[in-house]
Amino acid sequence: MRKAFYDRLAEMGADDRNIQFLTANLGYLFFDEVRRKCPAQFLDVGVAEANMIGLAAGMALCGKSVYCYSIIPFLTLRACEQIRVDVCYQDLDVKLVGMGAGFTYGQEGFTHFGIEDLAVMRAMPGMTIVAPDTIENAVRVAELSRDFHGPLYIRLGRAGVHGPGDRPTLERIGKAALLREGSDCALIAIGNMVTVAEQAAQALFGKGINARVLNMHTLKPLDEGAIRDCAKRFGFIFALEEHSVIGGLGSAVAEVLAGSGFSGRYERIGIPEALSPVIGDVDYLFEFYGLSAGKVSKRLLKAMENSDG
Amino acid sequence: MVVMAKKISNRELLGIASEVRREVLDMICRTKGPHIGPCYSCIDLLVALYFSGLKVSPARPDDPARDRFIFSKGHASPALYAVLHRRGFLNDADLAGFAVSGGTLQQHPDRNIAKGIEVSTGSLGHGLSIGAGMAYSLKHDGSASRVCVLISDGELDEGSTWEAVLFAGHHRLDNLVLIVDYNRMHALGPSKDTLDLDPMAAKFRAFNWSAKTIDGHSFGQITKTLRSVPLSSGKPSVIVAETVKGKGVSFMENELRWHYCWPDEDDHKHAWRELEGGSKS
Repeated sequence: MRKAFYDRLAEMGADDRNIQFLTANLGYLFFDEVRRKCPAQFLDVGVAEANMIGLAAGMALCGKSVYCYSIIPFLTLRACEQIRVDVCYQDLDVKLVGMGAGFTYGQEGFTHFGIEDLAVMRAMPGMTIVAPDTIENAVRVAELSRDFHGPLYIRLGRAGVHGPGDRPTLERIGKAALLREGSDCALIAIGNMVTVAEQAAQALFGKGINARVLNMHTLKPLDEGAIRDCAKRFGFIFALEEHSVIGGLGSAVAEVLAGSGFSGRYERIGIPEALSPVIGDVDYLFEFYGLSAGKVSKRLLKAMENSDG
Repeated sequence: MVVMAKKISNRELLGIASEVRREVLDMICRTKGPHIGPCYSCIDLLVALYFSGLKVSPARPDDPARDRFIFSKGHASPALYAVLHRRGFLNDADLAGFAVSGGTLQQHPDRNIAKGIEVSTGSLGHGLSIGAGMAYSLKHDGSASRVCVLISDGELDEGSTWEAVLFAGHHRLDNLVLIVDYNRMHALGPSKDTLDLDPMAAKFRAFNWSAKTIDGHSFGQITKTLRSVPLSSGKPSVIVAETVKGKGVSFMENELRWHYCWPDEDDHKHAWRELEGGSKS
């Protein structure tokens, strides 16, 4: 995903010399095209995330469109206050490209998990947040970022996930993509959980339940219309995210539902606040924390069986 | 740096600095605000920059060829505002709205290019990274503009400042000038007792900067040093300006309480008299 994303950006960078690529000493191999096509626009600033964001702000103030790369917690939390003051408060054209949504880094462990970033970035004034789920959507986001003005956080996840027919489903930032229409419940998912939602919907279909699946790739600004439409049509709504249940998509959807008169059942499927001392690869952790398609399907069925709705 | 068309004498600079100190005194007394001490330590540096060192003009505040100045120690904003006012970037109404509810200028500056404020500051340790980013871009674009960043000594406690110091030295940003307002007083006591920053110039040299220590209240030394930057080609320059917190008013000098307190009516009278005298010395 990230390689395809940066390969597309490399082409854009070759066309537009005002694009500047920064990395805080991460991204082995996948900056190759950037370095080949626009070497003067690539800069490894060293292991110094706070400085990277300050540099990006200064460059943006000199007319550059700056893409900053690091692993999610280092990018969004280590440099959090620089993002708040230097980028958001001054409303600058700085793109934050975070790698490793949720448990993507698996065995690398807690330091590398991206599980609080959505909550923190969502609170940043003027920040737009988009989390592509497939290689094709990541490339689409790269293209859309070109004419995008203001702070933009792009959250990248698992490698090797292709969209249906190897085509993008993401049309524009801020507009949820309907992946599957249904009549019984709605699954609103973001990032790596979009694939899980589709698999779960397939499993539910086998049990006679038709689920609508929305790819809520843009967490902010949220497509509130799409959520209110779900509230109107369905008695069961589920939000799925590879992020803490505090402050991310689950919270954002709840905020909309609270104001929509929704009286059905709503559940947030995500990562609990307290992690267990288990280690494992991403699939193992998905299974353990109930984020695998199998575990999610079971939970959805149970929620719908146990309800009067 | 490029000198203003009309050469200005050190005596004139001294007079302007005295006016600015009195303006700041009024602003702080009027609004019962903090930070008169850290204002007074950097006023001479600001006056020298805006009336001699920096290539900036209120007639063309967004001129792409201008020098960029970042006032990183945003808490001393009254000093910046008063100098920008004296230089013609801010008008009387702008200044009258300082720290007034519904007014114009808050206690930590907001970016406003039209008014000569390049960057929003107030959180310590941000200015040098932003300045280094500007210097890197300007250099790569072939611009002759310089970037000048003024920081407090306390900002050298911040890790992000040293990340930027390392970066600027590595990338040989000789279009970047850092001025340290070295008043040797942190917010709770002497720098020496808080986090000792000495030997300061040697630290920068070890990071591949060129460094010069000067008297930050001597217009002769400040303007001469500003004219000589980059201090050596291929290296960023740091001017370690030895200053005095509260400089210009005897009872405020090196007194910590003037980081926080505002002068009462008696203090105001005494301070005003001393500052009037100071302009003629």
